[in-house]
Amino acid sequence: MQKGKLTGLRATEKQYVGFATLPNQVHRKSVKKGFDFTLMVAGESGMGKSTLVNSLFLTDLYKDRKLLNAEERINQTVEIIKHTVDIEEKGVKLKLTIVDTPGFGDAVNNNECWKPITDYIDQQFEQYFRDESGLNRKNIQDNRVHCCLYFIPPFGHGLRPVDVEFMKALHEKVNIIPLIAKADCLTPNEIKKLKDRIREEIDKFGIKVYQFPECDSDEDEEFKQLDKELKECTPFAVIGSNTVVEARGQRVRGRLYPWGIVEGKFTNKFLCSVENQSHCDFVKLRNMLIRSHMHDLKDVTCDVHYENYRAQCIQEMTSKLAQDNRMESPIPILPLSTPDVDTEKLIKMKDEELKRMQEMLNKMQQQMHDKEQ
Amino acid sequence: VTIFYFPQNGGSTLLGYIGIDTIIEQMRKKTMKTGFDFNIMVVGHSGLGKSTLVNTLFKSHVSRKSAGWARDEKIPKTVEIKAVSHVIEEGGVKMKLTVVDTPGFGDQINNDNCWEPISKYINEQYEKFLKEEVNITRKKRIPDTRVHCCIYFISPTGHFLRQLDTEFMKRLSHSVNIIPVIAKADTMTLEERQEFKQRVRKELEVSGIEFYPQKEFDEDMEDKSDNDKIREAMPFAVVGSDKEYQVNGKRVLGRKTAWGIVEVENPNHCEFAQLRDFLIRSHLQDLKEVTHNIHYETYRAKRLNENGGLHPISSSDTQESNL
Repeated sequence: MQKGKLTGLRATEKQYVGFATLPNQVHRKSVKKGFDFTLMVAGESGMGKSTLVNSLFLTDLYKDRKLLNAEERINQTVEIIKHTVDIEEKGVKLKLTIVDTPGFGDAVNNNECWKPITDYIDQQFEQYFRDESGLNRKNIQDNRVHCCLYFIPPFGHGLRPVDVEFMKALHEKVNIIPLIAKADCLTPNEIKKLKDRIREEIDKFGIKVYQFPECDSDEDEEFKQLDKELKECTPFAVIGSNTVVEARGQRVRGRLYPWGIVEGKFTNKFLCSVENQSHCDFVKLRNMLIRSHMHDLKDVTCDVHYENYRAQCIQEMTSKLAQDNRMESPIPILPLSTPDVDTEKLIKMKDEELKRMQEMLNKMQQQMHDKEQ
Repeated sequence: VTIFYFPQNGGSTLLGYIGIDTIIEQMRKKTMKTGFDFNIMVVGHSGLGKSTLVNTLFKSHVSRKSAGWARDEKIPKTVEIKAVSHVIEEGGVKMKLTVVDTPGFGDQINNDNCWEPISKYINEQYEKFLKEEVNITRKKRIPDTRVHCCIYFISPTGHFLRQLDTEFMKRLSHSVNIIPVIAKADTMTLEERQEFKQRVRKELEVSGIEFYPQKEFDEDMEDKSDNDKIREAMPFAVVGSDKEYQVNGKRVLGRKTAWGIVEVENPNHCEFAQLRDFLIRSHLQDLKEVTHNIHYETYRAKRLNENGGLHPISSSDTQESNL
């Protein structure tokens, strides 16, 4: 029996009311319903995006993919391709959607190659906004993009112009997590230099990448230490692999290279292991993305990115309505005595807000009416 | 050294642990941090032990008992709505509990329409929430003052429901979750109690009153089977008390009469424990969800269909402006 703290006056032995079970009640319903998560991957071809996704979710989403050669790619524009897979683990169901963006950055002229991507993200927001404003809200499908992994090539000296422009076009629409792709071609020193450089440039260009929430003050030291290490490690330098190597009963996911075989004996030295934290940051990325921050990524998408979109949308709608001169007279709020300048201003503001709300509702009603027809 | 290209059987075979189930823990941490709101309304004429019951349920003085009408306190002429909030904590979970009392209900000579102030209050909370929801800049967590549960106290006459009981429940069961209870159950013997319950349940059925948990909202077979059991046992016959006595070496909450001590939490004496387990330990979250997903949505749909959009709820008396 748990003891509870009460604001009541009397404290007897068994003060257990039972609402401490509330989190379990919530959890039970969520397990029944299942969760969903939409992850976008962006970056040029050949950065290892598909392999990384397969490695993260231990599945093969790209079985029947055909890789295009350079000629075939000449007239290709950026496409948006969705793959959905249902994953279940320990009774918890996850509907995972991966949004792929083939063609990004592959053309000769990549001006605004992110536009199809921003359009896609906005479309999902718009659909959600319509559904949310509608009459039947029982089964709203949430297709909003919760997180975008952006792959930066390891060959350069930091962010390229296309990287900067892409991230700036998206940082207020989606949680961006920049990654250094194919990190196995860099030495630890090179990785460190590249990370520092990229972090500097992210600051310099004012790019708002996804921030890990602050640790609670009452978390234990070990957790705080892990959290600190995580934050200092960004951007994560990752590798992925579709191959599993087995030897002596041990199974390791990794990439086999000819260098490093020591005296013909099997050692991990010749194997670049995806899950070895000294080889790359894959484990950190996976733990953060799935095991500790998945829920927060969804929350930030709903509370920040979506709300921004919605507020913008409403303002655009009301200014359009004002232009069309379809304003209705607002409900007057009569002051009881002669108002002073401040009160008048306040009344005017509130008047306008009420007007706006009314117009928006009218618009919503109109949309619903149209939908029904 | 052998090399496998995975997945080996085609399709998605999992090799290893991804960690998706941890999202439950992530959610849990978050909800523990933000805490919960719960709003409970009690309705019934005075003297039925409403405040005592709520205090007993939450083991805390969250409701002020009216010790009868004091000399200068008059019975209110109309039904008043009094909402009092407390924050209680248990096992790291913080709950802001609001108890909405309705003194004056059923106490007049002429009780016509005495449910109207209650209905108005319930709708006002829905309106408040709706206004927040359609606002341009919305709060992250809209404060929830909507009534999640209305406990209706049936007088233990032993005969039938009173007309006021059916009138009230008929009118309000479609806008709020109603849980009828038989108050002061210690005035009846166990047989009398059973008979009374049967009669009451029959009357509720005949009047078409859907009390919580409503049959139409059972989501799946598991829900239906759990809820059927509860519905069969309702309305719970309860006794409330905030006094303690020593019984068989234990301290228990009870009522001491000349012929014995009625133990509130003893399932052989009354059904308080069942009510508490149902209300708090298993269906607390569901009460909130039905309120949000069904009653509130019904209200919202009605409002959106009315001509013109938002008008502040006004009656002839006060103009409520929630701006």
